[in-house]
Amino acid sequence: MIHIPILRAGRSYRSLNTIHVSHIKTGEPLVEVSQANRGLIAKDLVDIALQKEILGQRSVAELISICKEAARLFTTATLPLDGTTQSPTDYIQQVSGTTGLPEALCQENLFKIQGVLENIDTVLDGLTRGLDLQVLDTGWGVQNGHTLSYVCETDSLGAVLPSNSPGVHSLWVPAIPLKVPLVLKPGREEPWTPYRIAQAFIEAGAPAEAFSFYPTDYPGANEILARCGRAMLFGGGSTVAPWVNTPRVEIHGPGRSKIIIHEEAEHNWEQYLDLIVESVAKNGGRSCINASGVWVTAHGRKIAEALTERLARIEPKPLDHPEAGIAAWANPKAAHGISSLIDRHLKEPGATELTTGDRVVELDGCTFLRPTVIWCDDAEHPLANTEFPFPFVSVVEVPSAELVESMDATLVATAITEDPSLTRDLIATPLIDRLNLGAIPTNQISWDSPHEGNLFEHLYRQRAFQRG
Amino acid sequence: MNLSQEIDDSRIALDAHVRDMIEWHFNPETGCPFWLEYAENLDFDPRKEIGGYADLKLLGHFQDEWLRGGPVRRWVPKAYADQPIYVFETGGSTGVPKSRISIRDFHIDYEIFSKTLSDEGFPPGSDWLMLGPTGPRRLRLAVEHLAQHRGGICFLVDLDPRWVNQLVRYGKNEELDAYKNHVIGQALNVLRAHENVQCLFTTPKLLEALCEKISLPKVGIKGIFCGGTEMDAQFHRFAREELVPGIDFIPTYGNTLMGLATCKPFDPVDNYAIIYYPPQPRAVIELVNPENPEETVDYGETGRVMLTTLTREFFMPRFLERDEAERAKPIPEYPWDGVENLRLLTELQESVVVGVY
Repeated sequence: MIHIPILRAGRSYRSLNTIHVSHIKTGEPLVEVSQANRGLIAKDLVDIALQKEILGQRSVAELISICKEAARLFTTATLPLDGTTQSPTDYIQQVSGTTGLPEALCQENLFKIQGVLENIDTVLDGLTRGLDLQVLDTGWGVQNGHTLSYVCETDSLGAVLPSNSPGVHSLWVPAIPLKVPLVLKPGREEPWTPYRIAQAFIEAGAPAEAFSFYPTDYPGANEILARCGRAMLFGGGSTVAPWVNTPRVEIHGPGRSKIIIHEEAEHNWEQYLDLIVESVAKNGGRSCINASGVWVTAHGRKIAEALTERLARIEPKPLDHPEAGIAAWANPKAAHGISSLIDRHLKEPGATELTTGDRVVELDGCTFLRPTVIWCDDAEHPLANTEFPFPFVSVVEVPSAELVESMDATLVATAITEDPSLTRDLIATPLIDRLNLGAIPTNQISWDSPHEGNLFEHLYRQRAFQRG
Repeated sequence: MNLSQEIDDSRIALDAHVRDMIEWHFNPETGCPFWLEYAENLDFDPRKEIGGYADLKLLGHFQDEWLRGGPVRRWVPKAYADQPIYVFETGGSTGVPKSRISIRDFHIDYEIFSKTLSDEGFPPGSDWLMLGPTGPRRLRLAVEHLAQHRGGICFLVDLDPRWVNQLVRYGKNEELDAYKNHVIGQALNVLRAHENVQCLFTTPKLLEALCEKISLPKVGIKGIFCGGTEMDAQFHRFAREELVPGIDFIPTYGNTLMGLATCKPFDPVDNYAIIYYPPQPRAVIELVNPENPEETVDYGETGRVMLTTLTREFFMPRFLERDEAERAKPIPEYPWDGVENLRLLTELQESVVVGVY
């Protein structure tokens, strides 16, 4: 069986404690993953400053060219996998096999990661707003006549990662050219992508010491969050609760991304249906940047009905089907649990499901949740502002004046409006993390714009600096 | 004598010990009020019907609820009514803890355990540091007795695991860290100030925390008796290879209700698997089918821990513990069943805060 080892500052380590992750279709174990004991992580992290020193010996320019080579290798090369190898095709089948994401979508995610690695200079330019990156090599510099200095606030970036979609791993990649070693805790079903990215970097010439990879349990994850000077944590509810007031841990919780359509534009709402469908269903609806709400000021029911007709066309297909667009559930019980939760909430007045037929379907040995559209005439209804990792969307009608106030924290908002007052309010509200004005799908990312927090600002602080 | 003969002999000795204990605990002259009252409600006389270990099933399963709350004196055997009595508690993060009385059992258990320790790792006359759960736990006094029994003096650092459990439960990471530093700081003081401290009792997590701050071989530690919470093979390997290489590292499994199970002597062939043997005949561990506790599992199979304690101070027949393990074969040192890879029952693993200190 394939084995994925721990990486201890680049050094492979086989644990006596392993878990088997099964192929979701066959139920047969597909991979054995070494599990790091908490103390091992703690012991390694005592020395993490040494790994930073090694990485820091490379210039940012050199690390950027390593990123570009890693992009090529990640996408095209057969890379080492604990004594065996992994081709790009193997990788796609393996990710799909344990996570249930269709192979076609895994391929799209592979290109997304390649895009970030390939365009890393543009990404860094966006994160640093055009900083001359040599400043990070020397600690200070003069740009546009101003003396600038940045200090790195951590010896490592810890990341407690999810299993929902490989593309999410593009978020931590810029840490390497920013000279910060990575301490990665992969999701149970998705050790593949972070391990492969690390291998691509190492093959491309990055110092192996910059990559620590610890599949581990809850106490192990906590150790990473407690010891890394900066960290990112993916999850919701009780997973993130202990860390919400710890600024050095950046929380990536539910997105509750939305599309907002204001009344003046609404006579044209039909022309935005493609945009809504893409925002809701792209990548199997698994990402936090997928829209889970369409908030409108009029014609809500009509919009919901039209959306239902469009989303109902997306049917589950076998995972290797080239047009498969919905992900299977690694844990069928979770699919049934979410479906039951939706049914329970539908018993409360204020929301109606417009999609018909079975929500949970079995196909080709896998369990799927079919797209689900809810029409809400009450913005306070529990289904109005929630998200699930499948194409689930609530269409909510609210008066224009209450829209921004009632929408709550939103990772991405795409607003289709000509109304100057609403535009002003949307720009002003801190509730929206990324704002798209105009017909831009919520899932469309611009390389030069920070996404889900600014990693550079998370890792570095500008400080006053004078030289006599 | 060959192993199978030793196994037979140990079984005969166990049955004789069971008869002795039944006679003691159900005799109105010596038994405790709890068991004497219990016998009144039975439709048989245990002293007549129970002839060996297998017959203990006539008594059903000991219920841990019986140990929560008082009167605690109902557990004191009449024969010991005039003796000084200790009470030890277990658990207790929430609600009423289980409590158990003791007189000399913890001395006897640890004197037996002492015979398994090497003089190289735990030199007679050397002093000890007890860095583990104190308060109403038997462990604190037991380790101190062990040190004294081996001619040493025991230094103690306070640790309240119930407070640690609360901090974990409510996600108070900073307070947890501060408390850990407070405890470790005191241990460092002892180790730096008292050079005859060559033996250490501690828990896996405290050992890790201590090793971050100090090299234990450099301060003269030669042997570590580790216990208090569960350990797996990976931790065992990590401890021997990285945390305390060269130090005699002895994992143990003990609890207030049973006593102390010792680990099979280290053998590279076991690949760091931790295999415990109970202090038979004073205590017996049987691994049973979780769905049907009347059925013992086969060697190598996983079963739920069913614990029987058979001392003159405490009789606890067939108590179903919250742990599971694989059944291990007898060995010449311990010609009775052992347990391998002991851990919390799978069905409880999500819900219980365990082994946090």
